[in-house]
Amino acid sequence: MEQDTKVEKELLLNSPKLTEFFKTVAGLTTFSLQFFKNVFTPPFEFNEIKKHMVELGIKTLPIVTVTGFIIGLVLAMQSQPVMQRFGAEYFLPSMVALSVIRELGPVITALIFAGRVSSGIGAELGSMRVTEQIDAMEVSAIHPYKYLVVTRILACTFIMPIITMYVDFLAIIGGFFAIALSTGINFQLYVDSAFKSIVFGDFIPPFLKTFIFGFIVGAVGSYKGYNAENGTVGVGQASTTSVVVSSLLILLCDMVIVKLSIWLWPTT
Amino acid sequence: MADHLIKINNLSKSFGDNLVLDNISLNIPEGENTVIFGKSGSGKSVLLKCIVGLLVPDSGEIIIEGKNVLNYSTKELNQLRKQIGFLFQGAALYDSMSVRENLEFPLIRNFNFSPKEIDEKIHNVLQNVSLEEAIDKMPAELSGGMKKRIGLARTIITEPKLILYDEPTTGLDPITSKEISHLIIELEENLDVTSIVVTHDLACAQIVADRAIVLKDAKIFFEGNIKQLVSSNDEFLREFFGNEVLESNMPGKQASKE
Repeated sequence: MEQDTKVEKELLLNSPKLTEFFKTVAGLTTFSLQFFKNVFTPPFEFNEIKKHMVELGIKTLPIVTVTGFIIGLVLAMQSQPVMQRFGAEYFLPSMVALSVIRELGPVITALIFAGRVSSGIGAELGSMRVTEQIDAMEVSAIHPYKYLVVTRILACTFIMPIITMYVDFLAIIGGFFAIALSTGINFQLYVDSAFKSIVFGDFIPPFLKTFIFGFIVGAVGSYKGYNAENGTVGVGQASTTSVVVSSLLILLCDMVIVKLSIWLWPTT
Repeated sequence: MADHLIKINNLSKSFGDNLVLDNISLNIPEGENTVIFGKSGSGKSVLLKCIVGLLVPDSGEIIIEGKNVLNYSTKELNQLRKQIGFLFQGAALYDSMSVRENLEFPLIRNFNFSPKEIDEKIHNVLQNVSLEEAIDKMPAELSGGMKKRIGLARTIITEPKLILYDEPTTGLDPITSKEISHLIIELEENLDVTSIVVTHDLACAQIVADRAIVLKDAKIFFEGNIKQLVSSNDEFLREFFGNEVLESNMPGKQASKE
């Protein structure tokens, strides 16, 4: 029995996938620490950050617009019969608003953002790596990490809360349409009832976690792209694994943040 | 000024079990063009990347103007890099920037030129490579030869003292290759730069080389001038360059100038 456990342990430790996983975790940690080392030193590249924020915003706008509206609409449509069964239909607007603001809005936006942006950053930096553009920058005495990575991570970190607020707004509107169609509720009453049970504390943890999600998307995409190898195959891999790793990290972080926020703000 | 701009002492570099440079020592004289030949994977490009600090060797010294660059801090290395130009094999133009932006990028970031001076420099280098009409084009709109020439323009726009060329003529037609080779030699004459050219192209070397080095099995196999190289009876060299090419006994750089 003991022998079996030993063999299992050995197999696990020698597994290339596990080694790869730990390598990614270690590499990503070092890569992110490098960000904090570089972010506070000049030059600050404000124009690049602004340019990336605009690009990322425009890139994700169509998909988050549709998704945001549909989340609220479907959530209200699905919940209405259940709430009705328990005689709690009156709380439907609050339920939609709370679910969207506290959880669905930030997480779904982050996952869409990961799919759209992290893969894009992975592919873009990966292609720059394999075509030696990053080396060319380094040889020209320009700090490629600062110019390419820090700017992208910052842009993702700061655009993510804005996009999430936009998605939250659309989802709440979507919820209104679903409820209004079946109950004929007017907009003023819907808004009053939606926000009546929401307190300031409901906004803080979800708002803060959007910064973290944005950081994850930017850091993972940049890490995978910046370290891409093996030519065009490597670019494809960087793009795909960026989405997988960032989505996974978003969900893991969400779990930790939710637990922490319940512990820190028990009444919320 | 030192006689030798670069002195490389006992340089070794390996990737895992693959030893690509084994205790290499060589000197690069100032103001001369040194051409480095070798089979693919023989460590030519690795040598260039070690010189410019893109790769860190396992052991040895790279002495430029009397100082071992391997002991440089990032700041010192960047100061040195401002005096070095590097033409990459695929030109490595920044995809997201136009030709103008590619050319002004190192100038804006590393020097304090006025917009007018930058404009002048851009026009001068584009004139040097005969591609003034490409100024507002994106790299994707350029042919391979044009990309190489714009890459060369970006390399020389900062007026470096040392230029490293990584296979400047690979993938180009013979006419464009010849043009690029002549551009290299013009630069040496007009800007008084020292060059190291890594290539497989003997025709290019015939035009540009003052000195030739051949790498084989991670070591220096041949060191001498191009005449000695083409007249060599060594079996490996004859096989590497092709008997017929060597037998044609093409003229060297001096003859090409004449």
